Amino acid sequence: MRKLISVVALATLAAGCGKQEAPEAAKTEAAKSADPVTLTVYSARKEHLIKPLFDLYTEKTGTQIQYITDKAAPLLSRLNSEGANTPADMLITVDAGNLWKAAADGVLASVDSEALEANVPANLQDENNQWFGLSIRARTIIYAKDRVKEGELSTYEALADEQWKGRLCLRTSKKVYNQSLVASMISNLGEEKTEKIVGGWVNNLATDVFSNDTKAMNAVQAGQCDATVVNTYYYGRLQAKAPDANLAIFWPNQEDRGVHINISGAGVTKYAKNPAEAQKLLEWLSSEEAQQQFAQLNHEYPVNAKVSATPEVQAWGDFKRDELNVSEAGRLQPASVKLMDRVNYR
Amino acid sequence: MAARTFSFQKILDNPLFNWISKRRWWLLVAAISLSVFMPVAVIFLSWLNPQPDVWAHLTDTVLTELIGNTLSLTVGVALGVFVLGVALAWLTAMCQFPGRKIFDWALMLPFSVPAYVMAFCFLGLLDYSGPIQTWIRTHISADFDLSVRNLAGVICVFVLSFYPYVYMLARTAFMNQGRGQMDAARSLGCNSFQAFWRVMLPMARPAIAAGMALAIMETLADFGAVSVFNFDTFTTAIYKSWYGLFNIYAAAQLASLLLVFVIGCLWFEQRARGRARYEQHERQQKQNLYQLTGLQAWSASLFCLIVLSLAFILPVSQLVWWVVETQLADFDARFVQLMVNTLSLGATAAVITVMVALVMAFAQRVEKNPHMDRAARFSTLGYALPGTVLAVGLMVWFSWIDNSLIKLVNNWFGINTGQLFLGSVFALLVSYTVRFLAVAYGPVNSHLQAIRVSIHEAAQSLGASQRKVLWRVYVPMLRPGLLVAALLVLVDVMKEMPATLLMRPFGWDTLAVRIYEMTSEGEWERAALPALTLVIVGLAPVMVLMSKSRRH
Repeated sequence: MRKLISVVALATLAAGCGKQEAPEAAKTEAAKSADPVTLTVYSARKEHLIKPLFDLYTEKTGTQIQYITDKAAPLLSRLNSEGANTPADMLITVDAGNLWKAAADGVLASVDSEALEANVPANLQDENNQWFGLSIRARTIIYAKDRVKEGELSTYEALADEQWKGRLCLRTSKKVYNQSLVASMISNLGEEKTEKIVGGWVNNLATDVFSNDTKAMNAVQAGQCDATVVNTYYYGRLQAKAPDANLAIFWPNQEDRGVHINISGAGVTKYAKNPAEAQKLLEWLSSEEAQQQFAQLNHEYPVNAKVSATPEVQAWGDFKRDELNVSEAGRLQPASVKLMDRVNYR
Repeated sequence: MAARTFSFQKILDNPLFNWISKRRWWLLVAAISLSVFMPVAVIFLSWLNPQPDVWAHLTDTVLTELIGNTLSLTVGVALGVFVLGVALAWLTAMCQFPGRKIFDWALMLPFSVPAYVMAFCFLGLLDYSGPIQTWIRTHISADFDLSVRNLAGVICVFVLSFYPYVYMLARTAFMNQGRGQMDAARSLGCNSFQAFWRVMLPMARPAIAAGMALAIMETLADFGAVSVFNFDTFTTAIYKSWYGLFNIYAAAQLASLLLVFVIGCLWFEQRARGRARYEQHERQQKQNLYQLTGLQAWSASLFCLIVLSLAFILPVSQLVWWVVETQLADFDARFVQLMVNTLSLGATAAVITVMVALVMAFAQRVEKNPHMDRAARFSTLGYALPGTVLAVGLMVWFSWIDNSLIKLVNNWFGINTGQLFLGSVFALLVSYTVRFLAVAYGPVNSHLQAIRVSIHEAAQSLGASQRKVLWRVYVPMLRPGLLVAALLVLVDVMKEMPATLLMRPFGWDTLAVRIYEMTSEGEWERAALPALTLVIVGLAPVMVLMSKSRRH
């Protein structure tokens, strides 16, 4: 028994120490030579979507990048707790609400950069230059080609009408994408009207709400309902896996405000140890060189207007986008969550 | 020389040192309990920031439904794991039927599948758009629509995921008891069932209660599986407040209420147990199993097979299917590193946690201080908190220590050390101990209670120091319990996600982290490879430790 414990302990210590050497060695080597810096990034965007870009950047400039991925809220808590001692130079996160909250918590620094101003449209960045969007996703309507007639679809609001009773599938209100959608509706239409509309959606549900967009689309495919609202990149992934699915994409609200869009974005942290380097990385991520791949990895739209999306994404067609500043989604998120609770949208 | 020895002697004779030395076990336990409880206590500190708006909103809208759901879920899961765990433990520990040797350890395998993976596999198979219902609609009835995303579905998934806790502990308890008491009861006129119900079951109560406590705490703390089913529990309110309403104080306040509920349940169970003592007076013998024959034997095998299929074979087949679909695209050198990280963290955490649990359980024998048991139980509460909430509590705690240390060192020596604890392997291991002490303490303590006090006294009367008694008397007798505890902690740490995500050092990703990255993007097919690897990696420890726990 003792032997077992000591063997296990020694083995794990050996494994731990040996393993630590690999990244540590790279780190100390970088620290020893004057130029290569190590940037630290806290990212709510998953590793397989950012690592290829980080590798590209390291190849190009020699700057090492170490990162930790987690959900946005815990990362933000960590930044708040660490305060001035944080090792993070940059925060990458998904959904404008989380970016707004980061700025509101005061963990991001204002960045004055001509490159970023040129690459990122004004409604997709913070008004105080604390964060900048890096990719765009739209939340739009997916419907069954064989069961939905021409002209039945028009706006998000119309999904609350009588004709959609028992034909609508939705994702849970607990997911931040729906919270942002409803927040944008509150901003555009007012709280009272939005409450009626969302209540109408709940009445029209064919079945309990789903935990993710892909499941909702599967339900439409299987015939459980006729239409649902999803993020465009989930549709992109489904298309890639099953090109002959009987689903089609529809862009609502083209006659008024346009389709609701959201962003993933990043900012330099307030207590960054390498703020200048972090700013360079941020600028590079918004540049034409990086934007193509950044968006392509996840079937999204690039934020840089000079870069076009992949052919598959472009095939969905052009659409009018809601020009609302995305930080409104953050500001109104608590109100949106409370509204959805009131109408029993689970 | 004489003068130096004399002053050294004076130090040892110091009354303070004496006082500490006399109470060293109690102080050790108090120190451990305090440091383990502190991160949990941080959650309670949130009450210093009252959030009436959020509370008003929640009470007006969803809180009643959430509490109702949570209570139904808890009761359902408790009953389910009790019946399933005890029945299976009885069969494999006390009866002989075809396939018993395999079922003995195989019934533990569902433990290596994380609950939310189980949840997703089931939903994928049984939901409206899944293969089974689609087949029924094509070949039998076109209108077939069975709803599985409800209370019944969630209870089934949790019972199948968590029965191993009760199974594991009850099995060892039954094995320790042996047939003697059962035969004695039957010779006094009870039939088999009465003997089981009135003698064996009560004697195994601490073990079964410990197993059920673990299952219930995991159920209450779970967020992943209920999210997949979109079944709203109390934990939903916690995350809604934090992620949705941007209010971490309200979230922590809700979490503290959850803890109070768990404390209440545990206290209630302690009271109900009263002053009963569970010491075994029979020497452990080679098993004399009840030989089942004919229909009974085959029903037993069938029962075990059905449970194993539903809880393990079916979900794992789904995982294998997905891995084949994605054609191992994600398997690279980095993936192997993930496996190494996962195993080393798990093994080290298991050793540390079991040692701490052993010390805490043993100390109660050394000093008959009623506060010790309470202190020990407080330190196990980390398990009942939702993972991310505890992770944040731990992070805040370590961050505070770091910031204070950095300030101190800077003021005294002028050096800026940077973060020492947060982001280190040490902090991560401490986090695992805080979270999983309950998992180790339950089995260790319930087995320790079965050892006669007179053995301890006899060893002491023969001149052994407390430490010797621990190492040379208790540890060999507790070996099955210790191995059970080590296995539970090892697999739990390998499955652990929130604390690992938040506190891991850069580059220390584990399989659970990879699973999270895929599932949070809805890429369940790609999550199948790390999930399957987790199951396989957990297979060897399960088999080894289960077989070792049988030979005493």
